[in-house]
Amino acid sequence: MDKLMNDLKSQIVAQLNLQDIRPEDIGNDEPLFNEGLGLDSIDALELIVLMQQQYKIKLASSDEGPKVFRTVRTMAEYITANKPGNT
Amino acid sequence: MNDETDISITASCLIVNGSVYKDGIRTFSGEPGNLNNLLQSVYSHFGFRYPKFYKMDNLSKLGWLATEIMLQHFNLAEKYPASGTGVVLSNANASLDTDRKYYDTVKDIPSPALFVYTLPNIVTGEICIRHCLKGENAFFVSEKFDAPFIHQYVSNMINNDILQCCICGWVDVLGDDYKAALFLVEKEPGTAFTVESINKIYELENG
Repeated sequence: MDKLMNDLKSQIVAQLNLQDIRPEDIGNDEPLFNEGLGLDSIDALELIVLMQQQYKIKLASSDEGPKVFRTVRTMAEYITANKPGNT
Repeated sequence: MNDETDISITASCLIVNGSVYKDGIRTFSGEPGNLNNLLQSVYSHFGFRYPKFYKMDNLSKLGWLATEIMLQHFNLAEKYPASGTGVVLSNANASLDTDRKYYDTVKDIPSPALFVYTLPNIVTGEICIRHCLKGENAFFVSEKFDAPFIHQYVSNMINNDILQCCICGWVDVLGDDYKAALFLVEKEPGTAFTVESINKIYELENG
């Protein structure tokens, strides 16, 4: 799980072009939106693209978004539970 | 020099061929060839801190930088009501530079971050967000910079009290071809806002 979270941090920085932020600056349980990393709605769409491109995972429902993309840890948990081969 | 009852150009910024001119004076000189490098160099050189800059497409970056440099010693939000300042821009290539990049992503998974910049007037929005501007805005596409049109359009807005102040000019990007020529226009002492003065600043680099 730690490796996956570290990979995700690097991928988030690259995909969202967060040039002022280093992957190690992002906490595992830091909120990605609002008061945390301050991502916006377009970033949320890019995170969905990231999940599809890197992990071949599509969100089952858009209602899941806020829960899945709350933190790096929640993303990693969702990927672990839904990666191809697990279902 | 105009008095305060006439419409004047009170500031300008030209970015072309790797150089930045503020009010007619060269303030930055870099390599002209690579636009990505130039935009980053100008951003760093002037010490700007605006994380959203990195998410913008090159057209928005160019327009945003030209506006920031032009307004370095101005606080429009203090001077005018939000609805008092407008933005009237023009270019030749609309958002084609980003349209092409977006089209390339469609072959795989379309990029939302690129899609939102596939309209030329998004640069206007980025400038308005940065400076809290809510006045009239427009974006025109023409083959060449049309100084008489910009002069007439902006003069009409200010003379009819639709605007008190306007950021206007040209912001164009296609690959590594680019040019920004922005003017701050208001009823203050400054360079007379005429077709000749607009063209003189626009053509500065050409002598």
